[in-house]
Amino acid sequence: MQNTIATRIYDFLKQFPPFQFMASDDLFKISTLANVLYLDKDQILFSRDELYSDRFYIVQQGAIKLTRPSGNKTKVVDICDEGDLFGLKVTSENTYRTTATANEETIIYTIPVEAFSAFAKANKAISNYLIASFASNIKDPYTLQQNGSLLNTYEPDRNQDLLGLQQANYSKNVVSCDPSATVQEAAQLMQSSRIGSLVVTSNELPVGILTNRELRNAIASGTDTTSTLTKDIMIHPVVCAPGDITVGQAQLMLIKYGVNHLVITKDGTDRSAIIGILSKHDIVVSFGNSPAELIKEIKRAEKTKLLRMSWEKATVILTNYLDQGLPLSHILNIFSELKGALIYRTMELSLAKMSEPPPVPFTWLALGSQGREEQLLYTDQDNAIIYENVPAEKEEATKAYFLRLANRMNKRLHKVGYDYCPADMMGSNPLYCLTISEWKEKFKGWIYDPSPESMLLSGIFFDYRRTFGSQQLVDELTAHIYSLLGDSSIFYRFMAKDALKNPPPVSFFRNFLVESDGAHKDEFDIKNRAMSPLIGAARVLSLYHGLKNVNRTSTRYEQLAMLEPENRELYESCAYAFKALLKFRVQQGLKNGDSGRFIQLESLSKSDRLKLKRCFKPLRDVQEVLRVRFQTQNLS
Amino acid sequence: MSLFSKNSDSLPVFWIKYLDAFAKEKKEKSFFKKTADSKGLQNTRFVVFDTETTGLDYKKDRILSLGGVAVVANQVIVADTLELFLKQDFYNPDSAQIHGILKQGNYLKVNEEEAIAQCLDFIGTDILVGHHVGFDVAVVNQSLKRAGLGRLKNRHLDTEILYKRLVHPANRSLQDKRYTLDELAEALKTPLHDRHTAAGDSLITALVFIKIVHKLNSDGEMKLKHLFK
Repeated sequence: MQNTIATRIYDFLKQFPPFQFMASDDLFKISTLANVLYLDKDQILFSRDELYSDRFYIVQQGAIKLTRPSGNKTKVVDICDEGDLFGLKVTSENTYRTTATANEETIIYTIPVEAFSAFAKANKAISNYLIASFASNIKDPYTLQQNGSLLNTYEPDRNQDLLGLQQANYSKNVVSCDPSATVQEAAQLMQSSRIGSLVVTSNELPVGILTNRELRNAIASGTDTTSTLTKDIMIHPVVCAPGDITVGQAQLMLIKYGVNHLVITKDGTDRSAIIGILSKHDIVVSFGNSPAELIKEIKRAEKTKLLRMSWEKATVILTNYLDQGLPLSHILNIFSELKGALIYRTMELSLAKMSEPPPVPFTWLALGSQGREEQLLYTDQDNAIIYENVPAEKEEATKAYFLRLANRMNKRLHKVGYDYCPADMMGSNPLYCLTISEWKEKFKGWIYDPSPESMLLSGIFFDYRRTFGSQQLVDELTAHIYSLLGDSSIFYRFMAKDALKNPPPVSFFRNFLVESDGAHKDEFDIKNRAMSPLIGAARVLSLYHGLKNVNRTSTRYEQLAMLEPENRELYESCAYAFKALLKFRVQQGLKNGDSGRFIQLESLSKSDRLKLKRCFKPLRDVQEVLRVRFQTQNLS
Repeated sequence: MSLFSKNSDSLPVFWIKYLDAFAKEKKEKSFFKKTADSKGLQNTRFVVFDTETTGLDYKKDRILSLGGVAVVANQVIVADTLELFLKQDFYNPDSAQIHGILKQGNYLKVNEEEAIAQCLDFIGTDILVGHHVGFDVAVVNQSLKRAGLGRLKNRHLDTEILYKRLVHPANRSLQDKRYTLDELAEALKTPLHDRHTAAGDSLITALVFIKIVHKLNSDGEMKLKHLFK
C-alpha cells in the first residue's frame, strides 16, 4: 500500500545519522512504525527516574531540553533540535537519567526501540554512531570540557558567570622581591618564574608593584641602568583589595586608581599579608560575558541560533542581578538595551534575507510590555509595522513586501525565544502592518469611537516604542494621536474605566483575594489584580498630560509626580509599588520557571505578604483619582 | 434510512459489520453510561481523513483518493493509516491540476466498492476529523448511496470550526472569516508538505487538530463531549 506519511518520515530521517547509514528498505520499514507526537512548550515528554519507554525519539521540529537536578537547581544537560535523537536506552539502566521538556512547540517522531535495534546491531556504522553520541550525550557540568559533541548544536554557556558580581579570580601564586633588589635581579626573577609582574615587599607587606612595563620604560628610555634599584621604578603606593572582591568592584578600582594590578591582601589594606595579585587581564577574562560583551556578541551574530544563545545568557544575567538585589530600574535599563539590540539585529538579519531593500522607510514597533520596556522574562511578541504612504498603484506590492518581512521577523523572533502573540498582535498580521495614514485612521477609530473591545487593543497599542527603522514615522503618529486626544474626553473615560475593571487585590478585611476557580484556584493573580491596574492608570494619566516618549510605568509615575505636585506622594509610591511588584513577579517566575503571574500565597513568608499588601494602598488611591477625574461611574 | 433498503441477506458483509459495531457500541454505552463518558480524550481514537475528488460538487463528482490516519493521545499513529486510489470512469480535467491524480495515474487502484469497504473497516465507529469534513462525509455518503447502502454513522469534527474557538476576543471580527487548511497550518505553525494528496492532507490536518485540541484543553480537564459543544 502507498504510504505517503511514512514516506515523508523516511525522507526526513534519511538526512540524519544514524538513519543515513541504513538501507532504504529498512529505514522505510521503521518509518511506517513511527508515531508523530506534538508537544507544547514546557510539556514534559519523560521524567528522570521514569522507566524507559519502548520507543525513542527524534526531533522533527522545535527543540527538547534535557535536564537533571544538580543540588536544588536544575541543570540543562543538552538541548536537542531538528534531527537529534534522544531517549534511547544505551546502558543497562532501566530509567531515564534526564527529564525531557519541550523548549518550544515541538514535533517528535517516536520509533519503537525493538524494531530499530534489530538493524542497529547488524550495522557497525549505526552502533558506532550510537556509542559516540551516547558518550557526548551524558555530558554534564563535570564533563563539559570533553567537547566531542555530535548531537547538540547549541547550549547555553554554563561555565562562566555572566556578570561583574561574582568573585574575581586572581592569581594566588605571588612572586615578590625586595625594594633594594636591582632591576636586573628583578628581571631575572620574573623571567625564571615566567611571570609579568612582581610584588615588591618589605617585611612581608606590599609596598609596590613592578611589571614588564616599568622595566621596559626604565631600560628603553636610557635614563636608568640595570643597576637601578627596584624601589626607584616600582609603582607605589600599591592598591590593595580583599579576597572577596567582585569582578565589578575590581574593575572600578582599576579605573579609579589608573593601575593595571591590584594586590589582594588578607584584610584588603597594605598592612596585612599578601594572598594574591589580580591583573586587568584577569578581569577581561572574567568579563567575557558581561552585558556589554553580550551586546557586542548580539551585534556580530550572523545566525538566529547565536541570538538565541545570547538570550539564554541574558536570562542568567537577570537571575544574578536579582539575586544581588540590584535596583530594578537599573535592571530594566540593561535589559531594555539587550533586548533592543537583539530585535535590531534580528531585523538586520531578516532584511538581509529579503530579495530587495524596503521600498519605503518603515518602523518596527514593540508594543505592550515590550513597548513599556518592562519585559524581563517569558515573553510574547507584540509588534507592528508602520511604513510610509505609497501611491495607490504600489499599495499592494508594498504591503506584500512588509508582510513578508514581518513574517520572517516573527519567525526569527520565535526562534530567538519570543513566543508568538496569542492574540496575533504581530507585524505579520495584515491588520497591524499598515501605512502611516492607515495607522492614523486606526488610532482615530480607537480614540473617537471607544468600546470595551477596542480598549483591549488600546491597552497594547498605546504603549508603542520604536525598535527599528524611522523615528520620524513614530513621531508623526505620536503627534497625530495627541492632536486627536485633545478633544476626546470620552476616550479618557473609557480608558480610565478599563484601568478600573480588574478585580481588587484584597478584600474589605484586607485579605488577599485569590482565584476562585480554574487552573489557578486559590492562587493570587499578581498581574491582573495588581500590576495591570497600575499600568492602566499610568497610561491614561500620561495620555491626559500629553507625556510623550515615556512608556515605562514607573517612569510615567515619576513624571506625573512632577506634573501634579498635589499628588506627588501618591505617584511616587505608585512608581515604587510597581517596581516592587514587577520584581516580585520576576523573582517568582524565575523560582518557579513560569511567567510568575500566579502566586501561591502559602509559599510566601509573612514579611513578603506584608510587602505585597503595602503595594496595594497606592493602587487603591490612584484608582480613586481616576474615578473622580474621569467620572467613570456615569459610563455604562 | 431508505424505505427501500435491501434486506440484510443481500447486504455486503462489510456494511453489516459496520452497523453491528455501532449497535454494539450503543449497547455498551447505555450499559456503562458513566464510564463511557469518562473514557476521555486520551483514549479516544480519532480518524483524520480527507478525500481528493474530481471536483467540488459532491453529487456529481467522484472520489479519486481517500486518505486517513489515526490520532490517539496527541499522536499520529503512522502505522494506522489508510491510503487508497480509486478507479473512476468519471474524470474532471479541471481539478487534476490541483491534486495531480491523473486518470491513468501510476498508482495501484481499487474500485469504489472495495474502497468503501476498506474505508469503513478503517474508521469503524470512531470520530472522524477533517478540514471542512462535511464535504468529505457527503462524498463518501454519495458512494455509499451508489452502492445501495446507508449513510455514515460516525460523529465528525471540523477543524475550521474548532479553530474558531481559539480566536482571541480582541479579534472577534474574524469570527466570520473562512479558513483554508493552508491558513490554519500557517497560523498554527505547522509545516506544509504534500498538500493535495489525500494522505498528506490528513497528516497536516491531524497535526492541526492535535494543536487545536491541546490549546482548547489548556487546563487539561477537557472531556470528549466538549469538542462537540
